[in-house]
Amino acid sequence: MRALPAFGAVLLALLSAVALAGPLLGLDAEAVDLMARYAPPSSEHPLGTDELGRDVLARLLAGGRVSLAVAAATALVAAALGTVIGLVAGAVGGRVDAVLMRLTDGVMALPLLPLLIVLAALDWTKLGVPVEALNSEAFAVGRLVAIIALVGWTTVARLVRAAALSVKARDYVRAAVAVGVGPVRIMRRHILPNVASPLLVATTLSVGNIILVESALSFLGLGVRAPLASWGNMLTGAMDVAVSAPQLALWPGLAIFLTVLAFNLVGDGLQRALDPRG
Amino acid sequence: MTRLVVSRLMQSVVVLLAMSVVVYGLMGLMPGDPIDLMIASDPHLSPLEAARLKALYGLDKPWTERYLRWLGQVMQGEFGYSRLYAKPVGTAMAPALANTVLLMLTALGVALAVALPLGILAAAKAGRWIDGAINLLAFASVSVPTFWLGLMLILLFAVALGWLPAGGVDSLSGGERLRHLVLPAATLAMAGLGQFARHMRAALLGEAAADYVRTARAKGCGPLRVLLRHQLRNALLPVTTILALELGGLFSGALITETVFAWPGMGRLIFEAVMGNDFNLALSGLLLATAMTLVGSILADLAYAGLDPRVRLG
Repeated sequence: MRALPAFGAVLLALLSAVALAGPLLGLDAEAVDLMARYAPPSSEHPLGTDELGRDVLARLLAGGRVSLAVAAATALVAAALGTVIGLVAGAVGGRVDAVLMRLTDGVMALPLLPLLIVLAALDWTKLGVPVEALNSEAFAVGRLVAIIALVGWTTVARLVRAAALSVKARDYVRAAVAVGVGPVRIMRRHILPNVASPLLVATTLSVGNIILVESALSFLGLGVRAPLASWGNMLTGAMDVAVSAPQLALWPGLAIFLTVLAFNLVGDGLQRALDPRG
Repeated sequence: MTRLVVSRLMQSVVVLLAMSVVVYGLMGLMPGDPIDLMIASDPHLSPLEAARLKALYGLDKPWTERYLRWLGQVMQGEFGYSRLYAKPVGTAMAPALANTVLLMLTALGVALAVALPLGILAAAKAGRWIDGAINLLAFASVSVPTFWLGLMLILLFAVALGWLPAGGVDSLSGGERLRHLVLPAATLAMAGLGQFARHMRAALLGEAAADYVRTARAKGCGPLRVLLRHQLRNALLPVTTILALELGGLFSGALITETVFAWPGMGRLIFEAVMGNDFNLALSGLLLATAMTLVGSILADLAYAGLDPRVRLG
């Protein structure tokens, strides 16, 4: 039992090291070679090539960097959003708290995947975004981070609010208020340090889920789009040729599975280490 | 109790209304335009006729006015016409609903039948290797991407072994339909059993320190009997709550699995409606899915109060 979080941490370190080391290997993830489509594993292409003759190993590593970067960015944005909303709700209280918590309940009640699909499929030119900006990789990735974070902040908001409420009533905080410490400083110095560990646990555990959601959206063609590789969109191409080239479907899915598993094991280990009651 | 239910229902109506405004607004930002689609399907349509059509469907009005008109019709049970299926929305949705309920209830049943004994076993052997193995299995279950798991099952059982069909249930009935149910239901069950097993184990161990457990042990009751006869009854409470919450995700939860297996359920229907500019169908599908989630969370509260006489709500 105790070995599982350590196993997760090692797995995570290995996966990130391999993904980050990708560029050093000098592999080109977007080089198309139509003469070598569906090539079997060889010394030149250790995992073979895909439907456009692109090197599967190179795409796997590049996709890992994209998936990990998107997941980390989304988790941080969602955690920041949730922290601000939870802090304001807990610290201000009253009507503001009621409105923010009803909002949180409302977002929690939404059918996430269908809603994300609607958000991802929006036509941004109708909102005045120029077409050139739409087609840039930065915009596509930023949009993905924004829409997943937009629905992913609720757990953190509830955690932070609960912690803020419990800390607010303590004597030392009331003493701080009595000597004239301002609300922003109270939040930063007294409330935030108290929510640091549940925040860390919730954020770590959320990364795994975000990777699953991102890969599902990319798989449906609504997330990271070609030629940029992601584990999800590699599976889209692989699905069409699953019968004739099943090896293409194996690796990206295995990579998603192991990464999400690693994040969940580490998050669970953190939770048990940081929460003496758990 | 009644007060609680009424206030929760009111709250749900507010969430639904807010959701309908948001989704209605978002649908207007989807690529394409219903009239453009009509023009595309009939190139002889003159600009004058197109303008007349726009006026006929009220598309020349501002969207707030269109939304209120749509809402008024929905209140009268008029959900509009599905463009993709060329049927009223209700008629298009009914078979999808039935398919999803069949798929999800089968998957939930299988997941519970496997997960609850596993959770009990893990709690009984807490800290031993079997507990660790079940824990790892549970983590694997919550970490696996369902679309990939489905794809792997298709490759193994449909392609390599040829035992089961890969997907689709259109125009099938009886036994053949059940054969098509096996793989998608297995995929969803495998992805869902982890959290049930973990909750079952945690709930059982949470009861282990209770006074009544010590009393039963002091009276000479064996550890297994205490676990199954005393702790299990109390531990099933939080598990029931999780189950009710799961029921809420019924319609949208299987979206990916339904897409991979071409299972004509609600998830796939919503996906196709969104991608295919079928505004009426997408709106109704999304709102129905939201309503289900809200009902699930109310059911979870009610189940908690109904099963535990110590809980007084209201």
